[in-house]
Amino acid sequence: MKKVILSGCEASAEGAIRAGCSFYAGYPITPQNRFPEYMSDRMPESGGVFIQAESEVSAINMVFGAAAAGARAMTSSSSPGISLKQEGISYLAGCELPAVIVNMNRGGPGLGDVTPSQSDYFQSTRGGGHGDYRTITLAPWSVQEVYDLTYLSFDLADKYRNPVILLADGMLAQMLEPVELLAGKKRLPKKKWALTGCKGRMPNSIKSLFLTPGVLETHNWKLARKYHRISEREQIYNTYLCADMDMLVVSFGTCARIAFEAIRIAREKNIKAGLFRPVSLWPFPSEALKNMAEKVRKILVVEMNCGQMLDDVKIAVKNNSRIFFYGRPGGGVPTPEEILKEIKRI
Amino acid sequence: MKKNVEYLYKKPESLTDETTIYCAGCGHGIIHRIMAEVIDELGIREKTIGIAPVGCAVLAYDYFNFDVTEAAHGRPPAVATGIKRSLPDRIVFTYQGDGDLAAIGTAEIIHAAARGENITVIFVNNGTYGMTKGQMAPTTLPGQRTTTTTKGRNTAVHGFPIRVCELLSTIDGTVYLERTKIDSVPDVIKTKRAIKKAFTYQMENKGFSLVEVLSNCPTNWKMPPSQSFEWIRTKMAEFFPPGVYKDAGAGK
Repeated sequence: MKKVILSGCEASAEGAIRAGCSFYAGYPITPQNRFPEYMSDRMPESGGVFIQAESEVSAINMVFGAAAAGARAMTSSSSPGISLKQEGISYLAGCELPAVIVNMNRGGPGLGDVTPSQSDYFQSTRGGGHGDYRTITLAPWSVQEVYDLTYLSFDLADKYRNPVILLADGMLAQMLEPVELLAGKKRLPKKKWALTGCKGRMPNSIKSLFLTPGVLETHNWKLARKYHRISEREQIYNTYLCADMDMLVVSFGTCARIAFEAIRIAREKNIKAGLFRPVSLWPFPSEALKNMAEKVRKILVVEMNCGQMLDDVKIAVKNNSRIFFYGRPGGGVPTPEEILKEIKRI
Repeated sequence: MKKNVEYLYKKPESLTDETTIYCAGCGHGIIHRIMAEVIDELGIREKTIGIAPVGCAVLAYDYFNFDVTEAAHGRPPAVATGIKRSLPDRIVFTYQGDGDLAAIGTAEIIHAAARGENITVIFVNNGTYGMTKGQMAPTTLPGQRTTTTTKGRNTAVHGFPIRVCELLSTIDGTVYLERTKIDSVPDVIKTKRAIKKAFTYQMENKGFSLVEVLSNCPTNWKMPPSQSFEWIRTKMAEFFPPGVYKDAGAGK
C-alpha cells in the first residue's frame, strides 16, 4: 500500500479525521503547533469543525460540549497546556464522555523546555485532575504508531465512554516518517445518551454532580468497575528479542525505540538483552511484564524522566533489588550508547 | 375533565415537576419560568440544549424538561460552542451567574462573543456568590457587604464591579445585548420579551445574544424578598442601568 510522509502531529491529526473525528479545538504550544495548523485546513475539508480556542481550558471544554453532543472530538497540546486541560478531563471522566487528548510531552515542571520528554507519565496514568478516575493512556514509538493509536483511541473512548490520552513527545510530534493510511471509518457507534434535543424521547442530562448522600459513592464504584474491565481487556505491549535473553530492558515511546537500537548493538557484542515495551501505559501490562521478568535476573528501566513508569514496573515485578533505572529528565534524550553502557553496567 | 378547556395559565411543558432548591423569593425561579414559557411559545423544546452553570442553578437539568448538561465553573460558553458547532440546527443556551460569567469565566464569555457564536446567554446578575453563601462577586456594588467584604466593598482594596453588557458591546461579534431586571411585573414581562428576542435571533442564525437579568438573593443579601426587589430597583439599576446595549439583529 502507498505510504505518505507525515510528521507525528500530522499523522495523529489525519488518523483522527479518518477515525471519524469531526471536532477539534486547540491552542498553540510548542512542540505541537503543526497539529492545530494541519487541523485548520483538514477539518473544514472533511466537513468537521476546527476552532482555535482562547486557552487550553476553553479548548477542552469545547471538546466536552462536542462530546456531549455525540461528536467524536479531540484536542492536542503539550505538557503545560495539558495541565490546564486537567479540569476538563476530570469532568469528561466524571460525566463519562468520550474524547481523545494528545499530549506531545515536553520537559517540565513549569514552563520547562520544548524538547522531548516523558515526564507526564504520572499525570496521564494516575488520572491527572481531581477525583478518583483513570484515563486510558497509549504511547506510540513511531509516526506510524502515532497514526494507528490515534485511530484506536477514538474506538476505545467510545467503547468505554472515557477520555483517552495519546502520550507521545516532542520528538514524535515533529519527526517525519512514512505512514500507511487506513481507510476512513464508515459507521460510527450510536450514542443514545448524547444531547441532541429530546425529540421523540425523554430529555437526557449529562452531569458529574451527585449531591444525594451515597449516590456519588455508587457512581465512583461504577467507574471503578469500568476501569477494572478496561484493565482486563485493553493491555497492549510488545516484546523484542526476549526468547533467549539474559536481561530485560523496559521502556516506552521514543525512549523504547532508542533502547531497541542499544539492544541491537548489545546483541552484536553477544549481550543477550531483550525489550519489553508497554504500549498502553494505563492499563499497564503488569501480568505480561511479570511473566517476562521471571525469565531474567536483572531488569533495566529506561525513561526520559526521573523514574515514573519505574513505579509500575516495581509493582508488577515486586522484587525491587533486580530493578535498575536509567533516566534523562528535563528534555534530555539518551543515545543508544548511553543505554548500552547501562546495559553493560548492571 | 371538561373538554375544550382553554388554559390561561399553566406550567410550561419546558419545566419538570421537580421542586427547586431555590430559597424563598429567589429570582432564579422567575427566570427559569419565563425561559420555559419562551421555549414553549417558540416551539423549540425538542431541539433545545441548555448548559447549566456551577452555582445555585447547577441543578437546572432537573428543572428544565429538555436536554441539559452541566459545565465546569465559568466554562458554559466553551461547552455551548462545542455543542452548537457540532449541531448547528439545535438551539443552545447557557445560563450563568455573575461569578461564573464575569469572574472565573471571563475569557470564555468574551471569546465566545468575539467568535460570534450563534448562542443565547442568560446572565443572572445578583451581585453575589449565592451557592457558597454570599461572597463578593465581580458585580458586587461598591459599599455592598458580603462575607468577604464584611465592611462593604472598598473599591481601593477589592476593585470595581464589571459592567458586562457595556463591556461586551465593544465586541463586533455580538448581535444583541440587553440588561433587564425582575423587581416588578412589568420588568418581568420586559425580561421575557428580551429572552424571546435572544432565542429568536438564534433561530434566525443572527449570532451571539446575551440578556443580563438583574436578580436578587434575599438570603445572602440578608433582607426580605420585597426589600431585595427595592434594592434591585434603587441600588443595582443605578450602577447597572437597564436597557438595550446593542441590537444589530433587527432587519439583519
